Amino acid sequence: MRLDVLNRGYGPGTRLLFALIRLFSRHPVPDAARLVFYRPDFYGSRAKEFTHEAMRGPSAWSVGDRELMAAYVSQANESAFCIGAHSATARQAYQDGPKVAAVLADLESAPVEDGLRATLRMLGKLTREGKAGAEDMRQVLSAGVSRQQVEDALAVCAAFSTTDRLADAFGFEVLSPEGFEAGARYLLKRGYR
Amino acid sequence: MLTEDKKRAAHRALQDRILNGEGRASPEQRARAFSNAGLSQPLDGLLGKVATRPTQVTDADFAAARAAGFSEDELFELVICAAVGQSARLYDAGLAALADAVAGEEDG
Repeated sequence: MRLDVLNRGYGPGTRLLFALIRLFSRHPVPDAARLVFYRPDFYGSRAKEFTHEAMRGPSAWSVGDRELMAAYVSQANESAFCIGAHSATARQAYQDGPKVAAVLADLESAPVEDGLRATLRMLGKLTREGKAGAEDMRQVLSAGVSRQQVEDALAVCAAFSTTDRLADAFGFEVLSPEGFEAGARYLLKRGYR
Repeated sequence: MLTEDKKRAAHRALQDRILNGEGRASPEQRARAFSNAGLSQPLDGLLGKVATRPTQVTDADFAAARAAGFSEDELFELVICAAVGQSARLYDAGLAALADAVAGEEDG
């Protein structure tokens, strides 16, 4: 990563934890995980709490839907690390790789429900243009999405608006396909806390 | 609404911590990074990219900020403030648009 403290600035307990993760997962600790262990009182602890609530907290959206939203927002931000991580997690959550690939290739023709499609379209616009209007929201609501679901989707977007930026600013190393699959298994088992 | 309040409250707790808690960068610098406003070079170059075009951040942006005297821990904090600030603006913009849409339906 672009800051040496994020590569080497960890105490002995954290370094031991990283070594154990490498040993048991047989993959290096992803930079996304390393970041939240650096001075966790400043960022990591509260960031994990918010992201976990958005991605795994109560919602009418499934975990797969929310991981797909994370991948879609990350694609709009062109954030290679987060596209890899969350498309892998969405594929595993849905147990449907072709669906995730279709959404990321062409949302309009992808085999997803209209409500999810309208929600992803709105998140993509908000992410790319930095703004959204009442008409954008009316289109999502008229596709059968509840107000609460829109709010839940905006929380996912907020979480990845932050993480995507940090991934690209700090320079997270893009993992191998196997590394992303291992990370996805962890996120589905343990979440973000 | 209770569960959604928890999501928003968690985001607010993150914002509050990075802006008002202990840090190596001054609260004024963190606030400017968060709002992406009032920054001078070279921080403006680095943090402006974090907010609006993060894929264009380069090693040289960090090198310029270090050369201007910013420590690694200050840059860690200020980059996070810039990223969370942009995230907060998008979250607020989305929630405001949603509130407008719902109010419009209730009026109409």
